[in-house]
Amino acid sequence: MMTDHKPGVDEATGTSFVGHEWDGIQELDTPLPRWWVYIFAATVVFAAGYVVAYPAAPDTDGLTGWSSHRQLAETLTAEAAARAPRLNAIAATPIEQLPANPALMRSAIEGGRAAFKVNCVQCHGAGAAGSKGYPNLNDDDWLWGGDIASIHTTISKGVRNPDVDDTRFSQMPAFADILSKGQIQQLVSHVRAISGQGKPSPAGAALFAENCASCHGPDGKGMREQGAPNLTDGIWLYGGDRATLTETIAKARYGVMPHWAGRLDPVTIKMLAAYVHSLGGGEANPPPPPIATAGGANVGP
Amino acid sequence: MSALDLINPSSGLYRKREPVFPRVVNGRFRRLKWAVMALCLAVYYITPWLRWDRGPWAPDQAVLVDLAGRRFFMFDIEIWPQEFYFVAGLLIMAGIGLFLVTSAVGRAWCGYACPQTVWTDLFQHVERWIDGDRNAQLRLNAAPWGAAKLGRRLSKWSLWLLIAMATGGAWIFYFADAPTLARQFLTGTAPFVAYATVAVLSFTTFTLGGLMREQVCIYMCPWPRIQTAMLDEKSLIVTYRDWRGEPRTQGVKKAAASGEKMGDCIDCSACVSVCPTGVDIRNGPQLGCINCALCIDACDEVMAKLNRPRGLIDYLNLDDQKRERAGGQATPVLKTLLRPRTLVYFGIWASIGLAMLFTLGERTRLAIDSAQDRNPMVVTLSDGQVRNGWTIKLRNMESRPRRVALVMSGLPAGSLWTDAMDRRDAARSVNLQLAPDATTRLHLYVAAPAGQAGETGFTLVARPLDAARGTRDAREAARTLKFVRQ
Repeated sequence: MMTDHKPGVDEATGTSFVGHEWDGIQELDTPLPRWWVYIFAATVVFAAGYVVAYPAAPDTDGLTGWSSHRQLAETLTAEAAARAPRLNAIAATPIEQLPANPALMRSAIEGGRAAFKVNCVQCHGAGAAGSKGYPNLNDDDWLWGGDIASIHTTISKGVRNPDVDDTRFSQMPAFADILSKGQIQQLVSHVRAISGQGKPSPAGAALFAENCASCHGPDGKGMREQGAPNLTDGIWLYGGDRATLTETIAKARYGVMPHWAGRLDPVTIKMLAAYVHSLGGGEANPPPPPIATAGGANVGP
Repeated sequence: MSALDLINPSSGLYRKREPVFPRVVNGRFRRLKWAVMALCLAVYYITPWLRWDRGPWAPDQAVLVDLAGRRFFMFDIEIWPQEFYFVAGLLIMAGIGLFLVTSAVGRAWCGYACPQTVWTDLFQHVERWIDGDRNAQLRLNAAPWGAAKLGRRLSKWSLWLLIAMATGGAWIFYFADAPTLARQFLTGTAPFVAYATVAVLSFTTFTLGGLMREQVCIYMCPWPRIQTAMLDEKSLIVTYRDWRGEPRTQGVKKAAASGEKMGDCIDCSACVSVCPTGVDIRNGPQLGCINCALCIDACDEVMAKLNRPRGLIDYLNLDDQKRERAGGQATPVLKTLLRPRTLVYFGIWASIGLAMLFTLGERTRLAIDSAQDRNPMVVTLSDGQVRNGWTIKLRNMESRPRRVALVMSGLPAGSLWTDAMDRRDAARSVNLQLAPDATTRLHLYVAAPAGQAGETGFTLVARPLDAARGTRDAREAARTLKFVRQ
């Protein structure tokens, strides 16, 4: 229980009591330590100056004129200024000459790596390994060309993009309307044969020459101007098994990709091209003939 | 200074410093102290200026801690951050060395080699040079402030400050090329951190060596506590032979005439007046005693004048104290030094040293680190082979460019190439030029025919091409990698 009475003085310490008592226990009126009082006074003085110097109240600027927005803007401007020489150098270098400048190329690759993580991973995956219908950019198989200039064009203009006139464009017919189910199976057998997965099918070969060779080439090695894939290699965008091939031939494929010119600045697009080119499958410029060259189906631009 | 009672602190644990004015003294231990001081100061001040030719690719400073470049140079030895265990080993040796020295000769570190002791000693000599010996200093201390006193104080403090700045100044030279930094420092173009370091070290040297002195040992330093805990009955400590000295007799002739019992100590206080920490050794072992043995020299001088044997105050361990008190003889010093405890400490200390020397001689100055690409781990190529990729870091720790071959052994049908090559040129090995004293980073691709899923181990070897077979320079670095097929 608490009682109030006149404050006395504690004999042991010589300090007066505050005058309250709780169940016989009294509180000493010990003064605050001097150092504490001084620091407290100093902070009060500091606070007064701080309120005047910095924007303390809403809609005030403070004498120093400092603001966190302005500081951020200044930081970003300084960063941009620091990056400017390299970005300008990349902008001034024609894309096909970029690989010849290793320091600039390295810089572009790192910039492209960052831009890829923001803009491209949604379809191509974080490691650019792709998935069904979305090409793996790490390998050495290119639908529209693997030299840095071709990659740059593909990124800039997109693939089968309705908004761009000179987009990468080709259209495979849906053969379900053209060929019978049996003929399609013969074609599947032929494609399986030329990719080393099955026995030759003479009937399929004839159908191939008649219907497919104009785009995929007489020996099925594809044609990059048409974005027609090489059917003889080990890489399948949708799958090389019978069921998937049947579906592909019957219904056709129509992969699309956004165009990035106008959506990303030209330097970022160049850096993306450099990054994709650096993933292990980039080809020299102008592109060399493919490794296992046999026919004339695959001609560079 | 009277002993501070740490067991029963009725008046707090801190006592305001009472100035100590030690008298100058000569003798064997003073000479030893001179020698140790000269050696320590010489090593400290001269070392950064020693040159050591390492060729065009490395600095020519004999001892250099290159923090920015993350290298530590010490004469013929260059340490990379990956080899920091050598420094850890040195620190362990220093620790065990301290155990060894303490168990053998007591607080020798405190008395002779500790920087606090060395610089305090130096400052006290400056003090004597300016102000005169103990009595003059006492008079000056008691004198009122006037032009003469102010002049002496200012000149003493200026000299101390010069020494303090030289101390801080020498420190920074261990971290940069000394002549260059000295020029920069004097022309005001050195980095700010150099000036800040010199300022901080000047301040601490001046304060600790000039103003605080024995208070550092008594209040700040953990070593006196640790060292006292490591002493045993056979460690040498500075001892007053009370059984010989007591009872103290000041009036020798009078006492002799009256036939009183008379000890060898004539209570002349020589031992107290020379003590740099102001303790009275006759009170027995105490925290304030740094075992510098100057009181032994002072007492020996007095005993010589009195034609009494030296050693009323002497290095004597606790066992021998007991033995002598009972009328026996002290054990020979060598026998005390060579005892199991010191031998075990020496054994451990020497084994670590030998192991480090061996490792230092056997280490390979070429190393491979690798990190396998994880996303994607496996890439199918158009010819049906599968490809794995690694980021490879080749550390050339020699201070010269090197040519090495990166060779794969295992994975028979595999071939390798780097990101600077075309796959058309893939082979079982690739030749590389490594920059001197640097890490070369590259991306390595390995392709092999697709087969059963799983991992196949193979070894990547970095083989020097610029060294004769069998020599130390030709040592290879190898790393086992795992080739993954889906």
